[in-house]
Order: sequence, then structure tokens, then C-alpha cells
Amino acid sequence: MLSLQLDNVSKWFGERQVFENINLKLENPTSLAIIGPNGCGKTTLLKIICGLIRPSRGKVRIKIDGQEVKPEVQRAFFSIVAPDVELYEELTALENLEFFTGLRNYNSSRTELNQKLEQVGLKDRGNEPLGSYSSGMKQRLKYAVALSVSPRVLILDEPSSNLDEEGIFLMEKIIEEQKKDRLVILATNDLKETQYARQIFKLGN
Amino acid sequence: MPDKFSSWVTKILAVFKKEIKSEFRTRYALNSILMFSVVTLTVLSFTVGQFSLTNSVKSALLWVILFFSAMSGLAQVFIKEEERKTVSYLKLSASPNLIFLGKFFFNLILLLILEIITVPLFLILLEVRVQNWDLFLAVLFLGSLGLASATTIIAAIVSKTDLKGTLLTILSFPILLPLLFISIQGTKVAVMGAPFYSGLAEIKFLFSYIVVMLTASLLLFETVWME
Repeated sequence: MLSLQLDNVSKWFGERQVFENINLKLENPTSLAIIGPNGCGKTTLLKIICGLIRPSRGKVRIKIDGQEVKPEVQRAFFSIVAPDVELYEELTALENLEFFTGLRNYNSSRTELNQKLEQVGLKDRGNEPLGSYSSGMKQRLKYAVALSVSPRVLILDEPSSNLDEEGIFLMEKIIEEQKKDRLVILATNDLKETQYARQIFKLGN
Repeated sequence: MPDKFSSWVTKILAVFKKEIKSEFRTRYALNSILMFSVVTLTVLSFTVGQFSLTNSVKSALLWVILFFSAMSGLAQVFIKEEERKTVSYLKLSASPNLIFLGKFFFNLILLLILEIITVPLFLILLEVRVQNWDLFLAVLFLGSLGLASATTIIAAIVSKTDLKGTLLTILSFPILLPLLFISIQGTKVAVMGAPFYSGLAEIKFLFSYIVVMLTASLLLFETVWME
């Protein structure tokens, strides 16, 4: 069983304190929604959790069956979908998928990658460069890339941003599927999106 | 262990291939370094080509062109990842050192492509007759390895800052000065036609520089990359 624990996590950017002493413990399968006003540090907290930013103080621990995972290995447990995390525009959707799955040791065949694209409604668009994609299509592809490596923890920042109705339906299906046996952590300003989570964590005042 | 090694090699190759594919589609760095070197060469051949320059001056001019061309393009490997916000997926996907090595090999190939075009042009336009080709090519190759390794780690450092261009030059100057000095010296010895052993001191220095620079880069890179 995987557990994720935040011990006294604090973050400053220069003199400005974003948050202080955050303590959290999540055990899979579960889902958590982080809410709070703009600028309270939701995105920063998500990035700290998945190891993209170092906390100024405190620690993020991952344990598998009670055994703590080394910090340098922790990043491999996460996938992220976020507005400020982009894919390569000059590569096609299939090339992006192939590159990131290859780096994570998931050497999938073209058929498997096409299936991932089909899952997010991009079946016939795999050979087009991302530069020609709309922002909604790019968001769908981010989901395909995130899911292609079967992450144990899925991090979602503003999960429905740029998605149309069909895209939101696909996203809901993905979250439902993921939280059956894995961890989902999302940050949102839209209180309707908290319905996807079993637990809610409020950041800021 | 062999499995782990082959997995490392596969990932380094994946980063390298991605860089090649991106570069040949966007021409982000290639156009910039080729244009810089060709324009500088043309200006040089029109202005100083008519004078009889010493071998020291010609060797220095060759490395000045290579240095500034490298500065104008090789730093893009990390800067474009930051500017286009693609860095986060990369950070989550592979160990920092494998990413560094993939990008280092890409920079090396870019520099070698630049040299394949620039060096023959330089030799023709400035009428340089190389007397010892073995030594000349050895110095050129080792100098390029040093230049690529130093530029790659400096690019990673400056990509995190706001003053990328300014900082690149400021940081590069003290780090690359010994490399440039010895490469110029070695090139001069090769052009003059001295036997290979006369340039052995330069070869040893360049080799040591590469070992030190790559080791320091691999030790430092994770801190820089994750900051």
C-alpha cells in the first residue's frame, strides 16, 4: 500500500511566505482536493508534492507497505496535468507519448499509444504536431501522457481547464478510474470540482 | 547492472533523439550558430584576409568564431525548455544526469556540424595551411568536447535566471578561458607542422579539462536542475 505524507512543509519565495507547516497523510486509494483563494500556493503545494519544487522546510515522504521510498526515486510515482506544464509543440502527439513513456521505461507499441489517444478522444490526430492543436486538445493530450505511465499518484491542477463538455466527461471518467486503486490530488478554484475528491484540504485563510 | 546500463543508454538516446528531432523542425539553435559563424567568417575574410596574419592570430580567430557561435546557440538546450514550460514533464520523467548527458551529446553534435561547415571555409578564406592534420583534428575534437560540456552546464544554470544572455557570457568567460587558451595553442602548433608529441601537453590538458568539467557537471546538475 502506498502512503503519501507531508511533514511540516513550508515554502517561502524570498521574503514572502506562501504557506507554513502543512501536515497531510494520504493512503491510497483516495483523492484529495486542495482549494483556496488565488495566490495561496495551491500549485506550489502540488509541485512540492510531486518533487518539482523543493520545500523551504519540511519533507514529503512516500512509503510503500511502510517502507520509505528514497527521495530521488519518488518523482517516478507521479504524473501531472497542469496549465503551466507543457508538452513539445514541434512534436506530434504520438512522438510526445513515445518520448515520455520511453523515459519512464514504459516502452509501448504504436497500437498501445494510439489506444491512449483514443481514450482521450484524439484517435485520428496522433500524427499532427501539437502546434496545430487547440488548447482543449492539448489538455486532453496531457491526460494521455499522464496516464500512459500508469502513475501511482495523479496530480491535477485546474483539471478541467480548456476542456469542452465531452472533455470534462472524459476527465471525470479518468479521475473515477484512477481513484479506485490509486491516489488523485487536485487543486482547483472551482468548487464544483471538489466533487471528484473524497477529502478536501483548504489552503490559506 | 548491464540492464540498468542499457536502460540509461536508452534514455540518454531518447533525450538526444528528441533534441535532434526538435532542432531539425524548429532550427532553434542551428540557424543561429551557422549564421553567426558564416557572417563572422565573411567579415573576417574581407577585413583581415588581405593581411598576412601569423599562425597565432589565425588560430585565435578560429576559436573566437567557434566560441561565440557556441554561445549564440548551444545554451538553447535548457533555455527553450524553461521558456516553453516543458521542463516539468522532463523532470518527472528521467534522472537529471541522463537528461544532462542527452543534451550534452546533442550540443556536441551541433558543434561538430558547425565545425564541418566552418573549419574548411575558415581554412580556405584565411589561407591557412595545416601541416599536422592529426594534431589539428585531435585539438579540434577535444576542444569541442570541452566547449560542449562547459556550455551545457552553464546553459542549465543560466536558464533559471532572468538575465540569461548576459549571465551566459559572464559565467562562460572564466570557465572557458583556459580551454580556449590551450586550444588556440594546440591549433597553432598543428598549423605550424610540429610533430604530434609537441602538442601532447595541450592534448593532456584538454583531456583533463573534459574529465573535470563532465564530472563536476554531473555532480552539480541535479541541484541546478531541481532548483
